[in-house]
Formats: sequence, C-alpha cells, structure tokens
Amino acid sequence: MTAIAGSRRRRRPPTKGGVFAHSIMIFGLLYFLTPLLWLVIASTKTNGGLFNSFGFWFAQPFNLMQNIGDVFSRDNGAFVLWLRNTAIYACVSALLATLIATMAGYAFAVYDFRGRNSLFAIVIGSVFVPASVLAVPLFFMMSKAGFSNTLVAIILPALVNPFGVYLMRVYADKAVPRELIDAARVDGASEFRIFAQVAFRLLAPGFVTVLLLAFVGAWNNYFLPLLLLSKTETFPVTVGLAYWNSLATQPGNVQVLYAIVVTGSLLAIIPVMIAFLIVQRYWEGGLTVGGVKE
Amino acid sequence: MTSAAVSLPAEGPPAKSLPDELRPRTKRSPLGGRLRHFKRSITPYLFLSPFLLTFLAFVVYPLLYAANLSTTRTKIIGGTSFVGIDNYLRALSDDYFWTGVKNVVSFGALQVPVMLGVALLAALLLDSGIIRRPTVFRLGFFLPFAVPSVVAALIWGYLYGQAFGPVAQISTFFNISPPLFLSPDSIIPVLANISTWQYAGYNMVIMYAALKSIPTELYEAARVDGATGIDIARHIKIPMIAPAIMLTLIFSIIGTLQLFNEPNVMRQVAPDAIGPNFTPNLYVYNLAFQNQQFDYSAAIAFTLATVTVALVAVILVINTWRTRRSA
Repeated sequence: MTAIAGSRRRRRPPTKGGVFAHSIMIFGLLYFLTPLLWLVIASTKTNGGLFNSFGFWFAQPFNLMQNIGDVFSRDNGAFVLWLRNTAIYACVSALLATLIATMAGYAFAVYDFRGRNSLFAIVIGSVFVPASVLAVPLFFMMSKAGFSNTLVAIILPALVNPFGVYLMRVYADKAVPRELIDAARVDGASEFRIFAQVAFRLLAPGFVTVLLLAFVGAWNNYFLPLLLLSKTETFPVTVGLAYWNSLATQPGNVQVLYAIVVTGSLLAIIPVMIAFLIVQRYWEGGLTVGGVKE
Repeated sequence: MTSAAVSLPAEGPPAKSLPDELRPRTKRSPLGGRLRHFKRSITPYLFLSPFLLTFLAFVVYPLLYAANLSTTRTKIIGGTSFVGIDNYLRALSDDYFWTGVKNVVSFGALQVPVMLGVALLAALLLDSGIIRRPTVFRLGFFLPFAVPSVVAALIWGYLYGQAFGPVAQISTFFNISPPLFLSPDSIIPVLANISTWQYAGYNMVIMYAALKSIPTELYEAARVDGATGIDIARHIKIPMIAPAIMLTLIFSIIGTLQLFNEPNVMRQVAPDAIGPNFTPNLYVYNLAFQNQQFDYSAAIAFTLATVTVALVAVILVINTWRTRRSA
C-alpha cells in the first residue's frame, strides 16, 4: 500500500506549495541531524583539535581510533562496565516491563471484572507521580533490601510501565476480536493458552512499540540511576558520561577529557540508533490506535 | 439449579432446546462447574498480578512512604517527630521552590507550543503525500529521540559553549564578541531548544500515526467539493486527531514540570545560569541527596505533583469547554 502511494507521489510534478513544503522539511532535517553530525566530526579530533579547528569540518590528525581506545581504557575500562550495565538494565527491564504491561493491558481489554475501571484509573493516574516523589523512598527501600549499588535497584522500579499498560489495553481492544477468544474457549483452550498462542501474535505490533519505548527509556534513563547508585562501577553509561563531563569542566582541570566525553557520547548512542532502525518498520503500527483513543 | 436438571424427565425434548441452566449435566460434576467459574473469575487478576505486585511495591508503597516522610521532621538532636502539614506550609512560602516552578512554567510556555507546532506541521506535511522520500524525513526527525538527554545536553552544551562552540568560533573569526547563550537571560530558550530537538520527532510520530488512521474517504469527499490541502488539514485532519494532540500536550506538560536531566548536566557548563533550585526536581534532588533533608524534599515533591495535576486539570477543563462550544 505504501509502495503504491509512494510511486503515485513521485509522478506528481513539483508545485509551488510542494517546493515550499520540501524546504520546510529539509530545514527541519538539517536542524535535527546537524548536532549529530557535529558529534561524529568532533569524535575524530584530538582534544586540541576540538579547540583549534572549525566544529563542522575535520582536522588533522584523524584521531577517532585513538579516542575510542582512550574511552575504553580510561579509569581502568570503566566505560565498558557502564555500557554493559546499561545493556543489561535496558534489555532486562524493557523485556520484563513490556511482558508485564502486555498481560495487564490484555486483562483490562478482554475481561470484565470487578474493579476494572477504578483500577485502570489508578494506573493512568500514576503518570502524574513525579519520579522525585518515589526516588527517596526507593533509595531507602533498596538499601534496606541489600540492593544498594546493584543493577537490581534500578531494574525493579523500571518494571512498572503504566503508559505501556495503557497502550496495550487500547491496542488489545482493537486487535483481539472477542469472537476469536470465544472460539478458542469452545475448543477447550485454557485462558493462558489463548493469551500466549492466539492473542499474543495479534498483539505483536503493540508489544514491539512498548518494548522499544521501554528500551529507549531505560537506555536513556538518568534520574533514578543517578539517585540510587553511588559507586562508579555500577553506573549506567548516562550517569558515567555526566560524571566524566563534570570532571572535564571543573575549573583548573587539564582539559584532556573533552575528546573522551565526546567520543563516549557517540559510542553510547550507536546501540539505540541501531535498535531503532531495525524495528522501525514494525513499531509505529502500535501507536496508531494508541493516539486515536481518548 | 442442578437438582432441577436432574429431576427432568428422561424422555424430554432434546437438550438443545433447553435453556443453559436446565440442561442435564451428567458428564460434568457441579463442583467442576463451580471450579471452572471460579477459575474464569480470577483469570483477569492472574494476568494483572505481575503488574499489580510491582505497582504496589514500587509505586504505591514508595508513595505512602513519601507521604509519611513529608509529615515528619528529623533533627540531628531530638530524632524524628510528627509535624503534620508544617513541611507543606513551609513549601508554600519557599521562594526557592516557586522560583523553580516559575522557571519550568516559562520554559513550558515557550517550549511546548513550539515543539507541538513543529511536530504537527511535520506530521501534516508527511501525511499530505506531497513530500518525497517521507521515510527519510520521518526517521531523521525522530532520531534525536534515541539520544539520551544526558548526551543531548552534552552536545548542545558544547555547541552553545564558548570553549569550542561553532557559533563562538564563527564570531571570533569575524572579530565579533560571541553571544553568551549560557547566561541567565538566555538559558531558558537554550533548554527549550534542547527539549524541542529531542522530543519534536516523537510527538510527530504519535500525531502521524493518528493521521494515518483517518479514513481517506473523508478527504476524497472534501476534495470533490473543492477543498485545498490546507482546508483539509484545518477542518478535517486536525479536529480528527485532537485526542492524540491532547495526549502529547498532557505528556509534555508532565515532562516540563519534571525537567531535571538537561539542566542538571548543563549546570556544569552554565553554573551561573542554573542554580541548585533552577527546576523543582533539581531542588528536590539537592535537598534530599546533598542536604539530607529527606522529609522536606518529600513535601516539595508532593507539592510539585499537586501543581502538575492542577495544571493538567485546567487544560482538560478548557478542552471540554472548547469542544462543547464548538459542538
């Protein structure tokens, strides 16, 4: 369908409005991509090169490999640990949170049960709770439970994804026909089997959407890890980079760290970008229904 | 009801014509039926249980904990005592807190309309079909959403900065004194730009997805009547995706009031412009984790939540009032 629409579009001759619309969009594209271009170019420079050469052009020597080596060897390989922490945190919490949200959203959509509406209202209402309200209690809870300075401390709170429940409920409402569930019941399938083998396949685009949003949310999370973790070796990459940056910008500091922070930033965003490009075809469908429903 | 079924005459009409509850149950025992019914009724709770357990443990319990904390005061000498609403009264008259609220409100008043305007314009253009290679634009606009706010703040901090920012470099080249982006007067537009850069594409995707779900027959009819693309956008598309726009607006307001990551990172390069209470969440963080005033910080955080709910409520009331009037 999109292919047909695309070819139809291409045949249309350019109009005044079309040229104007394209100028707007190209301007937008430049705005959104220029900072990333700057980051890529800056990662190829030495620390001195950052100061002595124009930001949007390359300088001699080409220092990218050296910078990457420096990032990985700095502080006894702290960056590798940070990347590993982030990867574990993002993958585990996103997968579990999405599974939990999918089951809950499915239950809200498919079953009629006592307390359904009030429970759902409470879940939705919880998006108003600022993370800063929960941060202090979570900090005490985690240290009491012996999870201080472990990944468990940041994974557990990330399992709760109310917006994911909302999206999955709306999605399941549209995507899972009641007749199909009734038919499976007549065939004698258990409720869990119906969910796992009949409904889940239909929920896949919604699942991928929530999974991606949860993955990006965790990969990029800064606030909670900053509050809950105090040992550098347990940092995720966001907290680690901010920590290096604070060292780089300290007055009187040898500014040798800038090139490392810049290159580290580039390395930190590459995995998320790849995740995006891989699943971009699948996930937008999940938002289609989510956006329409009031 | 089962006894009635048992007492039915054996030569009676075929079971099919009987109402369900009168059908003879020879194969299934009454206990089995009840067990089945019970199973069916607890099924939704079983599906919900992982969510509810984590929700209770990591949202509800911390919330109650914080509520309790906010009504106490801990002194180095004398220990912890119950002080009722004292912390809240202190919060209401705390200029440090309200300065932060004022900052995020002026940030939001600038950033939210600009960001949602950009998102809506881009979504409408993509949906109009006049843009070639729409996927390139859609992905390009959306890519910054994948950049962690820490990294976004670092990049823009360098771009705006005096040390090796391109604007400063160009100004120096032409012997002009470079603009001081990171000064107190301009820090709010600077932060607004960073957030717009990060989230405009995300909001565009939500609006675009909503646009895609409008049946195209609606446009065909309007086009036959001589409506232009702009007419269709104004009178059909935007009203049709109003709920999606509302959703993005509410989430933007919540995000605005909880602004923390970008200013906390930018503090390193703009210490004069961003103080420890620049946003309410920065203030909460510094109260709790720098000054150990956990009890008072909890009261501040709750007051912030109340401000958030109040603002969103105002928006919702205006929205219902507006739609009722236009209906």
